[in-house]
Amino acid sequence: MLRLVALIVCLVSLPAKAQEIVLGLNQNEVAITATFDGAEILVFGAIKRDAPQIGGNLGIIIAVSGPEQQVTVRRKDRRVGIWVNTQSSQIEAAPSFYAVATSGPLREILSNGEDLTHSITLPRVIRSAETNGGDIGEFSNALIRIRARESLYQVLEETVNFEEATLFDTAIQLPANLTEGDYATRIYLTRDGQVVDIYETSIAVHKVGLERWLYRLAHDLPFAYGALSLALAILAGWLASAAFSGFRR
Amino acid sequence: MQIYLPIAEISVNAFLLLGLGGLVGILSGMFGVGGGFLMTPLLFFIGIPPAVAVATEANQIVASSFSGVLANVKRKTVDFRMGTVLLVGGLVGSALGIILFNYLRSLGQVDLLVKLSYVIFLGIVGSLMFIESLNAIRKTRQSGGKPPARKRHNWVHNLPFKMKFRVSGLYISIIPPLLVGLLVGILAAIMGVGGGFIMVPAMIYILGMPTKVVIGTSLFQIIFVTAFTTMLHATTNYTVDMVLAILLIIGGVIGAQIGARIGARMKAEQLRILLAMMVLAVCGKLAFDLLLQPAELYSIAASTGGGNH
Repeated sequence: MLRLVALIVCLVSLPAKAQEIVLGLNQNEVAITATFDGAEILVFGAIKRDAPQIGGNLGIIIAVSGPEQQVTVRRKDRRVGIWVNTQSSQIEAAPSFYAVATSGPLREILSNGEDLTHSITLPRVIRSAETNGGDIGEFSNALIRIRARESLYQVLEETVNFEEATLFDTAIQLPANLTEGDYATRIYLTRDGQVVDIYETSIAVHKVGLERWLYRLAHDLPFAYGALSLALAILAGWLASAAFSGFRR
Repeated sequence: MQIYLPIAEISVNAFLLLGLGGLVGILSGMFGVGGGFLMTPLLFFIGIPPAVAVATEANQIVASSFSGVLANVKRKTVDFRMGTVLLVGGLVGSALGIILFNYLRSLGQVDLLVKLSYVIFLGIVGSLMFIESLNAIRKTRQSGGKPPARKRHNWVHNLPFKMKFRVSGLYISIIPPLLVGLLVGILAAIMGVGGGFIMVPAMIYILGMPTKVVIGTSLFQIIFVTAFTTMLHATTNYTVDMVLAILLIIGGVIGAQIGARIGARMKAEQLRILLAMMVLAVCGKLAFDLLLQPAELYSIAASTGGGNH
């Protein structure tokens, strides 16, 4: 019900364009609390039109992307009988999280050229830089494979409900091992593989409460954080010893 | 109940951590060891990043060894003077260990270093302990339980800078204890262990200290070395996870009390042979992992420091 109201409000209040995406999210903020166990983001919206629909095959692509990081991917090889990291590759920028959900098969609703321009699929998103030995492609494939296994990279083809080429909705699962930051959320409307409209928003993911306090303390005042860790450890050790001798008496 | 660890940045079951702490606590209570050599690999297995596991384990050992040393102070089985000499070596070793750790981390070889150190040291200590306790059991069967006499004089007694250690009843050079402390300090920083499993045999067999003061003195020294290591990891790598440490400590202190009671009912040789077998099992598992082809040849590491800000 709330969704519908939000939708109608959006539909009424937006300025005109030939075909335009109107969007809602069930939450535009994700709080990482002490018991955080992942979150589900509901993305829903509609295509607003001034004129009746002109033909063509319409598609919706929803991409949620976490903050970009520079990462090193290393490869193990056998040296003197044991497995040791040997070759490595710097990945200039890789999102900490990336999910792409579509209303139809990606090959059909997105042309290669448009993928290159807008960097939508995973191999286009990841920017590789240098490598010392080995093939760069192999390293970025390994990155995608490992992160996909941890649900950090998700390719969700044909999971967006797209009704009557007007209303669409989908759910994206954010795993528990999230990195803090702004998660750019982009919705692409395509016709016959060409992007005709883009809508951009962002979801803020941040630690709250104790989690935030501890994280900030560890990074801003590392000495105080270390001292506090030690004080707690000493206190726990003393309490345990006191409780134990109390037992024996 | 899932709990999100703020520094490790992963979500883990809180009861799993309490249980692990308790299990290792039982073993450490039974055998009088810190248990770091078991806990750190277990943390690797459940997916805690190695750098966080090593740093946080150092913090946990501060708690368990402080608890242990209090009991020993009451029984007057701590040689503070010897402990201080070992400590001086230990602090230098710990600082060297952190430098080595961070250097290899930048090369991407820290996992290898940690695992190789484990395989080598667990292998040596486990085998020695196993052989020694087998011999001890055979001797008690043959001669009705006369403990073997401690060797009184070896090369250790011919070095300069002698000092009197009244509690241990020793008059020896300070060089060997400094070196033992140094080695254990390096290991504490690299392996995330207190180093009791190396220090205790070294104190008995190299320094010739009486067995009754060995545990208390090693615990006394371990508190300071691991506290120093915790501070170094906290200020250079930001990898000490307080939430993880507290869960492990709670499980650990309860487990240790249960373990101490079980241990009191068993014979010393039996305990030692069990401990030796456990040490060898952990060593074997880690060695196999290095020798067998891993399922995933690639690994990912953040290029810039620990944080994302």
